[in-house]
Amino acid sequence: MFKNPFDHRNRLSRSCACGQHASQGEHEAALRAQSAEIATNTEATYENLVAETVLRQMFPVDAHRRAFLNKLGASTAAAAISSFFPLATATEVFAQASALEKKDLKVGFIPITCATPIIMAAPLGFYVKHGLNVEVNKAAGWAVIRDKTINKEYDAAHMLSPMPLAITMGVGANAIPYTMPAVENINGQAITLAMKHKDKRDPKQWKGFKLAVPFDYSMHNYLLRYYLAENGIDPDTDVQIRAVPPPEMVANLRADNIDGFLAPDPVNQRAVYDGVGFIHLLSKQIWDRHPCCGFAASQEFVKQNPNTYAALLKSIIDATAYASKAENRKEIAEAISPANYLNQPVTVVEQVLTGTFADGLGNVVKAADRIDFDPFPYESFAIWILSQMKRWGQIKGDVDYQKIAKQVYLATDTTKLMKEVGLTPPTTTTKTFSVMGKTFDPSKPEDYISSFAIKRT
Amino acid sequence: MSSNLTLRAGVLSFVLFALFIAAWHIATRQIGAVANMDPEYAKLMGLTATTGKSAMPGPFDVAAKIWEHLKNPFYDRGPNDKGLGIQLAYSVGRVMLGYFIAVCVAIPTGFVIGMSPLMNKALNPFIQLMKPISPLAWMPLALYTIKDSAVSAIFVIFICSLWPMLINTAFGVASVRKEWLNVARTLEVRPLRKAFTVILPAAAPTILTGMRISIGIAWLVIVAAEMLVGGTGIGYFVWNEWNNLSIVNVIISILVIGLVGMLLDQALARVARFVTYPD
Repeated sequence: MFKNPFDHRNRLSRSCACGQHASQGEHEAALRAQSAEIATNTEATYENLVAETVLRQMFPVDAHRRAFLNKLGASTAAAAISSFFPLATATEVFAQASALEKKDLKVGFIPITCATPIIMAAPLGFYVKHGLNVEVNKAAGWAVIRDKTINKEYDAAHMLSPMPLAITMGVGANAIPYTMPAVENINGQAITLAMKHKDKRDPKQWKGFKLAVPFDYSMHNYLLRYYLAENGIDPDTDVQIRAVPPPEMVANLRADNIDGFLAPDPVNQRAVYDGVGFIHLLSKQIWDRHPCCGFAASQEFVKQNPNTYAALLKSIIDATAYASKAENRKEIAEAISPANYLNQPVTVVEQVLTGTFADGLGNVVKAADRIDFDPFPYESFAIWILSQMKRWGQIKGDVDYQKIAKQVYLATDTTKLMKEVGLTPPTTTTKTFSVMGKTFDPSKPEDYISSFAIKRT
Repeated sequence: MSSNLTLRAGVLSFVLFALFIAAWHIATRQIGAVANMDPEYAKLMGLTATTGKSAMPGPFDVAAKIWEHLKNPFYDRGPNDKGLGIQLAYSVGRVMLGYFIAVCVAIPTGFVIGMSPLMNKALNPFIQLMKPISPLAWMPLALYTIKDSAVSAIFVIFICSLWPMLINTAFGVASVRKEWLNVARTLEVRPLRKAFTVILPAAAPTILTGMRISIGIAWLVIVAAEMLVGGTGIGYFVWNEWNNLSIVNVIISILVIGLVGMLLDQALARVARFVTYPD
C-alpha cells in the first residue's frame, strides 16, 4: 500500500499532507482506507511509512533523494540511515499508537466554558493529533448527559465533578462504577444577581431569595451553600435553591423568576452582556483554584478500551495545557463560540476566558485567573465534595472517603499521561486547601463536617 | 357571491396581518434611554444594554433572518449546527416513523375493541388511564429502559399518538349501522371480508379523524421531546437558540413549526375527503 521509498523510481510528491496523493481529499480518502488495512497489515508497512517520513525530512527535494538512493542502492541507504536514526524503534512506536480499540468516538458536552478543553480539542485538532476521530455532541442538560453516557450513546462526557462520585455511589442514579480521570477547569464560576439587587451586596440581606444552581450534584450547589452558610444564611430554610439548566438561567433572571444564581460561564457574563444582572462575586473568591467540571467515562469503557482511553485522555490533557496559557485564550474563544459549540457572541466568551470583563455595574474588571485549566484530579477534591454531600444530607451513613476518591478520581493515570505529553504532574495526589479561609484537612473529613454550625447531619 | 366572500375574507386577513406587524414594529422600537457608558466598558456589553434596544426583535429583524435561513437551509457545520431544512427533515422523519408504528398498532387493535364489547369493557380502564399522560412524563422512563435517545423520542411519539387513533377506530367500528351488518350476515359474508368491505369503509371517516388528531399531537410532542433529548431536530434548534437568547430564531422556529403542523394536518384532511361518503 505504500510505495517503497527506497526505490528511486518512485516520486514522493508533496501535494498533500503526506505527499502521496494528488489532493488533500484523496489523501483523506486513502487514510480512511488505510486505517482499516493497518490493523491487518504487517510491520513492513509501518517500516516503509516511517522510513519514508525520515527520508523526506532528510531530503526535502525529491530529486536529491532519488539521486542519493541511485548512488547507494536501497538496502545500503536503509542501513546508513538506521545507523543514526532508530528506524526499528520508530516503527514500533508508530505501530503502538495505531493500536486503538476504537477510533470513532462520541463525547458529550454542555455548552458552558467549563467544557472548553473538551470542545476546543475538536476544532483545534487535539483529538486528531492523538489518532482519534471524535464527534463532540451538545447535550440538553446534566440528567440527559448522565443517561446518554450510561446508555453508551456517548463514550465519554463532560460532567460536573461531583457527578461521577454520585453515579458511582448510586446517589440520584443507579450505581455504576464511574471514573473522572481529568478535571477540566478550575475557578470560572460566579454569583450573579438581578440588577434590582445591586445594593444588596451583603449575603445577610438575601433572606427569601430564590437562587439557582445548574444541578443538585454540582460544585455550584456546594459552593453556594457554603458561602451562604458562612454568612449565617441557612441554604435550606432562609432561601430557596433550585436546579435550573444553565441556558434557562438568564431567561429566568430577566423574567424575575429568580433573584440570582451561582452558575458556570458564559451564563454570568451573558447576563451582564444583556443588562439583566451583575457579577456579585467570582467563585475564586470563595475557594481559589477549586475544581468545577470534569471529564468522565465509565469504568467499563476504561477497561475495555485502554489505548483509546489513554489517547482520549492525552488529547484532553494536551488541550487543557494549551487552554491554561493566557496567550491562547483569544484564539480558543473564537474557536468555541460558534453555534456548533457554545453558540454565544465571541465577546462574551472572550471576556470569560481572558478575565477582562464588564461586571454589570459599570466597571471593567481584570482578573486573569477568573477561569483556569488544570487537569489534575486531586483526591482531596473528591473528599471535599463527599464531605459536602454528607453535610447537606445527600448521602447518609458511613462513607469510605479515601476509597471512593481513589476509585473515581484516577490521579495516578493522569500523572502517567501528563508525563507522556510532556507536562509536570504534581508529586502528591492530595493537597490541603482552604475554603473561605477555613483549612480543609483531607484526612479528617468527618471532623470537618462536624465543625460547621449549619449542617443537615 | 361566494367568490366575493373569499375576496373579502382575503382582504380582511391581510388587513389583520398588516395591523399585527405594525403593532409589533411599534412595540419593539428603540425605547430605552441610551445609557451613559465608558466606551471601553460599552465595548464589552450587548446592544440591549448599550443602546437600549428592545430584547424583543422587530418584524424586520425576523424577516431578514428568515431570508438568511431560506438562502441556505441545508448547511451542515458539524454535529451541533445544521440548517433549518435538515433539522425539519429529522423531526418530520421521527414523527412519521413513530406515527406509522402507532397507526399499525392502533387500527387493528381498535378494530378488535370495536367489534368485541367484551374487549371494549376490559381494555377501557387502561386506555382511559394512559390517554391523559403527558408525553414528557414518558421521557425519563423511555430513556432509562430503552437506553437509546433516538428510539426513546420515537417511542414517545408512538405512545402519544396511539390513543386518539385507538379510541376513534374503536368508536367508528362499534357504531357501524346495525342494518349493514345484518345485510352482511344474511349474505353469509365471512368475518374477515365483513371487516374489510363493510366495517372499514363505514368507519373510515371516524378513523381518519382520529388520525388527524394524532398527527397534531405527534407534531406537538416531537418539539418537546427534542428539546429534552437534544442532538438534532427542530426542537433542538429552538433549545440551541434559546441557549443563545436568540429570540429571532425562536420566533422563526415557532412559525416553521406551525407551518409544518398545518401541512401535515391538511394532508390528512385531503385523505379524509376521499373516504367520506354521503349518507
